[in-house]
Amino acid sequence: MALTLISTHTASASATLDITSGIDSTYDVYEFHYVNMHPASNQVDFTFQVNASGGSGFNETMTTTFFYNQHGEAGGGVSGPAYYASMDQAEGTGYQALNYETGYDADQSISGILTLYDPSSTTYLKHFIGRSHNAQGDDMAVNGFVAGYINTTSAIDEISFAFDSGNIDAGVIKMFGVS
Amino acid sequence: MPDIDKINNVAVADISKIDSITFADGQKVNNQSVSLVTDAHTLISTHTADGSSINIDITSGIDSTYDVYEFHFINIHPSGSGSSGQFLFQVNASGGSGFNETITSTAFRAYQQEDDSGGSIDYQATEDQAQGTAYEIIMEGIHNDNDTGGSGILTLYAPSSTTYVKHFMSMTNTTLGAGTKQDFHAGYINTTSAIDEISFKMSSGTMDAGVIKMYGLATS
Repeated sequence: MALTLISTHTASASATLDITSGIDSTYDVYEFHYVNMHPASNQVDFTFQVNASGGSGFNETMTTTFFYNQHGEAGGGVSGPAYYASMDQAEGTGYQALNYETGYDADQSISGILTLYDPSSTTYLKHFIGRSHNAQGDDMAVNGFVAGYINTTSAIDEISFAFDSGNIDAGVIKMFGVS
Repeated sequence: MPDIDKINNVAVADISKIDSITFADGQKVNNQSVSLVTDAHTLISTHTADGSSINIDITSGIDSTYDVYEFHFINIHPSGSGSSGQFLFQVNASGGSGFNETITSTAFRAYQQEDDSGGSIDYQATEDQAQGTAYEIIMEGIHNDNDTGGSGILTLYAPSSTTYVKHFMSMTNTTLGAGTKQDFHAGYINTTSAIDEISFKMSSGTMDAGVIKMYGLATS
């Protein structure tokens, strides 16, 4: 497996970080590695959505699952592995959470990877799998796992990342193609 | 004209010369422009267990060159089984002394036995840490039969940051005596100092065999 770095996107106090070029039929598999995404607001969820080619807005239909495992600095807060029903979607068009309640202390953030399969297919719906680690606002380590499909046979050529409230203060997203 | 990914089963990106002629970006081959693609998944170093030590320490190559580091473990084989068959890691901050940074972490596993017992997923309260400074377990219960071991990946984010705590995630598979176990660990090293060294070790005994490869993901 070889990875090709397609583009790097650095957040600077913006509501969203949108990648609007470079997603096409060149690669069957795209990896988005996000590093130290830091929110302006406390305990907000880092999310993503996509836009189909020729479509308008980041609002494609998704069906997803989400589960997590967590543990607090004080030794409490142990939970999981557990399904988190309010973080999934059933044919929803909202931004999909990659993890939950990232803290906004100066040293808190979220990092992880989102893999998107065959976005340019016009035959199949689009699978994705995500895994992340989150410094949660209540000083907990949260390992989040998301997966699902974008329920369209239209090609996907744009992706957007955002916190569910407030700006992305800082952070880097790197888009790789897998060959 | 088709794109060519490989020549004689060698990836084009890995070819440095053809017929002793250096293969450089911008040159032409058969009157076709060459545009080299560099693999952004860069192998930094390879570390092989010597069969007599309990640990493998990586003390160079972790710096600001990459935002994401991956450590791939291949067939880590312990001399002992059970409690001796734990594979762990810790880190050392730049300028610090010893592998003893503060970690808060979470752990769960899924396992199944060859006789169809097991088949469960659960939290591993004895393997997490709450502001602990011990080595973090990332594989547990590796058996020492000749054909068993443990393999997987540990990802470490932005170790050179002096702003953020350091996120890590691991996903591994371990061969038990007669079964399989998948371990998931994640957490953060609770320091804003840069991390520049990492140590892997068995809980006791020696690391009989195994290879650890350290990769960096390109930043540009």
